[in-house]
Amino acid sequence: MSLVLIAEQVLNGLQFGVMLFLMAAGLSLIFGVMGLINLAHGSLYMIGAFCAAAVAGATGSFVLALMAALAGAAVAGALVEVLVIRRLYNKDHLDQVLATFALILIFSEGTRWLFGSFPLYLNVPDILSGPVTLPGGIQYPLYRLVLIGAGLAVAGGLFWLISKTRIGIQIRAGENDREMIAALGVDIGRLYTLVFALGAALAGLAGALVGAIQSVQVGMGEPVLILAFVVIVIGGIGSIKGAFLGALLVGLTNTLGGIFLPEALKLMIEPAAATSIGASLASMAIYILMAVVLVLKPTGLFGARA
Amino acid sequence: MMQERTLNALVLAGLIAIPLFAYVTDEPFTITLATRTVILAMAAVGLNIALGLGGLVSLGHAVFFGLGGYAMGLLAYHAQTYTPLMEVPFLIEGTKSMPVIWLVAVIVSAFAALIIGYLSLRTSGGYFIMITLAFGQMFFFFAISWSAYGGEDGLSIYVRNGFPGLNTLDPIQFYAICLTLLAIVLWFASRLACSPFGLALNAARQSPDRVRAMGLDPFRLRLVAFVVSGAITGLAGALFADLNRFVSPAMFSWQMSGEIMILIILGGTGRLYGPVLGAIVFVTLEHTLGDISDYWLIFLGLLLLAVVLFAKGGLIGALSSRRTAHG
Amino acid sequence: MLKSLAAAVSGLALLTGAAIADPVKVGMITTLSGGGAGLGIDVRDGFMLAVKQAGNEDLEVVIEDDQRKPDVAVQLADEMIQSEKVDVLTGIIWSNLAMAVVPAATAQGKFYLSPNAGPSQLAGKGCHPNYFNVAWQNDNLHEAAGAYAKETGYNNSFILAPNYPAGKDALTGYKRFYDGEPAGEIYTKLGQTDYAAELAQIRASDADSIFFFLPGGMGISFLKQLADSGIDLPVVGPAFSFDQGILQAVGDAALGVKNTSQWNKDIDNPANKAFVESFKAEYGRLPSLYASQGFDTANLLLSAMSKADVKDADAFRAALKEADFNSTRGNFAFGNNHHPVQDIFVREVIKEDDVYTNKIIATAMSDHADAYAAECNM
Repeated sequence: MSLVLIAEQVLNGLQFGVMLFLMAAGLSLIFGVMGLINLAHGSLYMIGAFCAAAVAGATGSFVLALMAALAGAAVAGALVEVLVIRRLYNKDHLDQVLATFALILIFSEGTRWLFGSFPLYLNVPDILSGPVTLPGGIQYPLYRLVLIGAGLAVAGGLFWLISKTRIGIQIRAGENDREMIAALGVDIGRLYTLVFALGAALAGLAGALVGAIQSVQVGMGEPVLILAFVVIVIGGIGSIKGAFLGALLVGLTNTLGGIFLPEALKLMIEPAAATSIGASLASMAIYILMAVVLVLKPTGLFGARA
Repeated sequence: MMQERTLNALVLAGLIAIPLFAYVTDEPFTITLATRTVILAMAAVGLNIALGLGGLVSLGHAVFFGLGGYAMGLLAYHAQTYTPLMEVPFLIEGTKSMPVIWLVAVIVSAFAALIIGYLSLRTSGGYFIMITLAFGQMFFFFAISWSAYGGEDGLSIYVRNGFPGLNTLDPIQFYAICLTLLAIVLWFASRLACSPFGLALNAARQSPDRVRAMGLDPFRLRLVAFVVSGAITGLAGALFADLNRFVSPAMFSWQMSGEIMILIILGGTGRLYGPVLGAIVFVTLEHTLGDISDYWLIFLGLLLLAVVLFAKGGLIGALSSRRTAHG
Repeated sequence: MLKSLAAAVSGLALLTGAAIADPVKVGMITTLSGGGAGLGIDVRDGFMLAVKQAGNEDLEVVIEDDQRKPDVAVQLADEMIQSEKVDVLTGIIWSNLAMAVVPAATAQGKFYLSPNAGPSQLAGKGCHPNYFNVAWQNDNLHEAAGAYAKETGYNNSFILAPNYPAGKDALTGYKRFYDGEPAGEIYTKLGQTDYAAELAQIRASDADSIFFFLPGGMGISFLKQLADSGIDLPVVGPAFSFDQGILQAVGDAALGVKNTSQWNKDIDNPANKAFVESFKAEYGRLPSLYASQGFDTANLLLSAMSKADVKDADAFRAALKEADFNSTRGNFAFGNNHHPVQDIFVREVIKEDDVYTNKIIATAMSDHADAYAAECNM
């Protein structure tokens, strides 16, 4: 196995991790500020991808498609918050799980009703398509590099928003003490809607960006949602920094595990069995990682409280 | 409005009367549907011990449901192919006997619940939900890639397993077995709730500190509840597999976990008969809503939302005079 | 869900002579909701088109949605057999659902006509006189891809499929007729959507071609990412990833890819021409592979109904075995294990008036049966 291949796989893991971060960051914020478990976060990812595919199909512009994804998911998020989620803050986790589970059913089948049962077309824009040659002779798809860049940029923006802006101060205050910021005269209802819409927009953006190189179809959000949960458990709830590191860890483990576990097993057992068992182990690798982190640090790497 | 006790009696009487109804209307399939209802109810009664009594929102109970299913699948598969399950370090043969299968299902799921519970109970609240969900996925992916036992295709068992003295292939007799087991499980759950252990668990849910002050360890209480809960759901899984004469990784899927949880909420959290009523409503809905539209899941989703937002205490709460579950 | 659709009354019923026989009740269990609904809808539409065209009032079809869940499929089968008292079952799309339903249904004396899935267990030792497969044995299209690769001179293919039974069958099938060692062999995760890691391995290998079996959304993702990776290797695969329903979602990335199929809309025979035209007129879209299989399944059933009474199982079975109907694929016959013996073609993805579709460029295998027929004692 050459160094070039390993370097390429590390890039792939990074790219996957960065996109996971967009999902996990929103989930983690919503959980941190409002104390809400949002199973329907994957539906917002799907909505972003479908909005992008529909707008790209109509206008042919990828930029417009991305804006539509952001706007569509944010609006859907805000609507859901006002109509449903708002009534759940004072209920226990059980009700939240159930209500957001119900939302998944409604969103998934609703999308199928609107767009039909077949996947939609959404592709990488022409100027970003094809590979570029990196130092060391690595051939790597330009679009994936752009994804890494976009993800890092959004992460940077989010850090800035949380740590430096007024709204960020309110969010952090909300994570620590909900009653207090209400007493300080912050319109808490508006803050919650805003945080929810922000999380939704991030998920929608991820859906559209990833949708261009994957399949835009009903149900695309749930596998990512579960991985995002694993990220949060590893990183620690409510911590953007934790979500970032957790996402990179999960991304790298998932990608590198799939490649190196079968190869490593081939040294011990016959190749056919090694490929098969290696693939099985690789699909469990991130959950094992999660279990290990849990044993060592039950609140996650950066979680302050359980 | 009626007493919750009266409502419970009505539900049980209704379940007992179903074979008669099926006979009169010449709709034998009603019995199959009722069997499905009873088994799902049992899985939910299991979850309800962790969830209603212990306050542990587990979104990974499909693990135990699936393990129960696979316990049946593996034992019956080896019995029907006349191959031993394992030979080293000691010989284990397959079996087609229901009681043995049930025992294995209960032990295996209890053991899994012990490990998963030990790891996930170190956390609580939202963490706990996500971790149990993730453990569920881990089992799901393992089952899919475990090709020796069919992987995603699952395992078909051609003839339903046997119970001494009964013909399990007869839908009514199999239904009777399942209903009896459900009754036993319900009785057990009601005894558990009134036992010192149940009271301590209930107290640990409301105020862990007070329980700690009394010298009890909330972690241990919860772990025991989780193990008992997983074992019952595992038993239901074995019956479910026998009903379908088939197991597949779908039993491990997180949608399955969600479905079991839905049953409890529909009926009413923390109420003994909540899961039973919930299962009746759910299976009926599943069976009839499909007639209305290909997109019936939308209606199911809307109904669930309505229950969560407006019907506090689920259906039992709406129908009976006792509005709150935890006095 | 229950939708009874009694076929329209028409003079045709008298002409076919079926009016004298007992009516036939068909139970169709197929996937109409959730992720894989596109395939089930196509099978249903193709089937019902043939039923409508025949206008045989002795044929009644009951359609139910299995949601792609094995336990639901088993329950529906129980319901159809116990309550609806159907004579024939059909419609299942997925192998795992078929394995859950078919053995029990045929053991209870029902006929099962498979419009899509063909797991190897049911073609070999587990074959059954009442089970007829009207589509293909699962390995068939992969075998044809292997045969085509060999003929084209590829001998260093990189092959990949999801890590589940059908995926393993696919790679086995391909290797059965392909000459040479694979340059690499990967089992991916079922439902995987990112193939960057696999593509890197392909790039690092010295493969001369790629064979993949990644049904549904997995194939769409793979092709888009392959096109974007700059890897310039010829690609072969079974028709499933290049079907009419999903090609539009793949777009340019699929152009020029060779895929193997037992059917295409340009097969030149009157039955197929009529089918393509009438399907377009009825549903306003091009028919897919799955629609053609549904259509053929219904016509097979209708042909048997005109020859024998369904209550006379032996006669009805013999009538089915004759396969005396005009298949959309031209030649069609059943082998000893009641699986098709048929030609399998090589298609190329083209763009036709802004719509992505396939055209046949060669015949990969003629009168091809399956590898398991010898194990079947029938």
